[in-house]
Amino acid sequence: MICRGATSLAVVLAVGCGGGDSADGDPMLVLAAASLTDAFTDIGAAFEEANDGVTVEFSFGGSSSLATQIVEGAPAAVFASASSTQMTVVVDAGLAAEPVVFTNNLLEIAVPPGNPAGIATLEDFAREDLLLGLCAEEVPCGTFAREAFAAAGITPSVDTNEPDVRALLTKVETGELDGGIVYRSDVVASGDAVEGIVIPSERNVVARYPMAVLEEAPDPETAQAFVDFVLSRSGQETLDRYGFTAP
Amino acid sequence: MVLGLAAVAIGFMALPFAGLLGRTPWGNLANLLADPFVAEALRLSVLTSLAAMAMSLLLGVPLAWVLARVPFPGRAVVRGIILLPMVLPPVVGGAALLFALGRRGLVGQWLDERFGILLPFSTWGVIVAVTFIAMPFLVITVEAGLRSADLRFEEAAATLGASRLTVLRRVTLPMAWPSIAAGAVLSWARGLGEFGASITFAGNLKGRTQTMPLAVFQALESDRDAAVAISLVMVAVSLAVLVALRERWFRVA
Repeated sequence: MICRGATSLAVVLAVGCGGGDSADGDPMLVLAAASLTDAFTDIGAAFEEANDGVTVEFSFGGSSSLATQIVEGAPAAVFASASSTQMTVVVDAGLAAEPVVFTNNLLEIAVPPGNPAGIATLEDFAREDLLLGLCAEEVPCGTFAREAFAAAGITPSVDTNEPDVRALLTKVETGELDGGIVYRSDVVASGDAVEGIVIPSERNVVARYPMAVLEEAPDPETAQAFVDFVLSRSGQETLDRYGFTAP
Repeated sequence: MVLGLAAVAIGFMALPFAGLLGRTPWGNLANLLADPFVAEALRLSVLTSLAAMAMSLLLGVPLAWVLARVPFPGRAVVRGIILLPMVLPPVVGGAALLFALGRRGLVGQWLDERFGILLPFSTWGVIVAVTFIAMPFLVITVEAGLRSADLRFEEAAATLGASRLTVLRRVTLPMAWPSIAAGAVLSWARGLGEFGASITFAGNLKGRTQTMPLAVFQALESDRDAAVAISLVMVAVSLAVLVALRERWFRVA
């Protein structure tokens, strides 16, 4: 297996060999934030249906790991990030230009079904008798959650900093944690496995999701078509259904 | 031919570490390692890996003896279960631990209600997760050592009137010592690098559950120089121990 443009073994292992020389039949690799998993899987299927002969492959992960992979030479066509910071990393490296914000996500408190600890507001996260989790501050959901707490003047009593939002959600779903701060889209995606408690908009932090066609995209036209498709009404409706809000 | 392939193997195994050295920010190394979060992670790593090694010795040596010396129906199945963590992705092991010993787990529920013991998100949780992943390495090594030992020494001791405990204490264990030492080192080394089961079962909190591998993982997200610096400490510590012990104990085993 020869992977063009992949400069580190870690990248190859993480994303496989998505891009080749020609666009014919080769799947287009889209690197997208983990929180987009369900929505983008649907959008990708609709995009493939609308464009004959095009296949889209996704690699979902933490935005910062994805940005690292791109900088290390991952042969991807499109990057959809959960934070502008990680998009800036890629843009500053000269690997993408003119990112557009394609959706927004709001924070929400996730609690196990039945809310056994009776969590109601952000203030409850200061309670030391509860088991509470956040995303690590290096990943966007952790950065935003800490911003929300700082703005509200609350020092959260945190028991674990999970590496990504799905890991955090799993611990809430299983009831190991009494609560955690995740995205609204994650609560929607979890169905009945967790309950969401809305954080009022004046205390909420809006996560803006930018996406861009990458300079190394094997077929920039199809890549741009995918970005346009996400921005189209159909794409936005899908995102809305999964708990995202229009930019 | 053989030498050539061996050279390829050495190159293959050593190359990634050369890559690590190439990315090491030598000039800034002291500063990066002086960060208290590195010291905290190192302390936790040493503490939990040694505690897990002690647990593995306490429980694993008797288990290895039973597997090697006591025939019982289903022994192969028991051995298979004991060795499972070596094969499974550690994250699966961590999730399984959560379902068993978590707050809502099979046994964990009872531990919590009865004794108020909560393993997840605690240092004890890390030790449990590391022991679960690392103990099989000790068991398999010690069992192999016991099986290869000449039984006639034990029989001779027994015919000369030594009790079973005396045979175990004066003959079996001294003869198995090299394999016990090797197994302990192997399980310790595996435990030092443990990541998946630990973060899944015990979470990630600085000073409580964040060991070196978790610190590296988190630093990779934000500060790659720091991540490389921490990795280098792990490589140095592990290599020093493995080199020092190997010559002394593996030779006999």
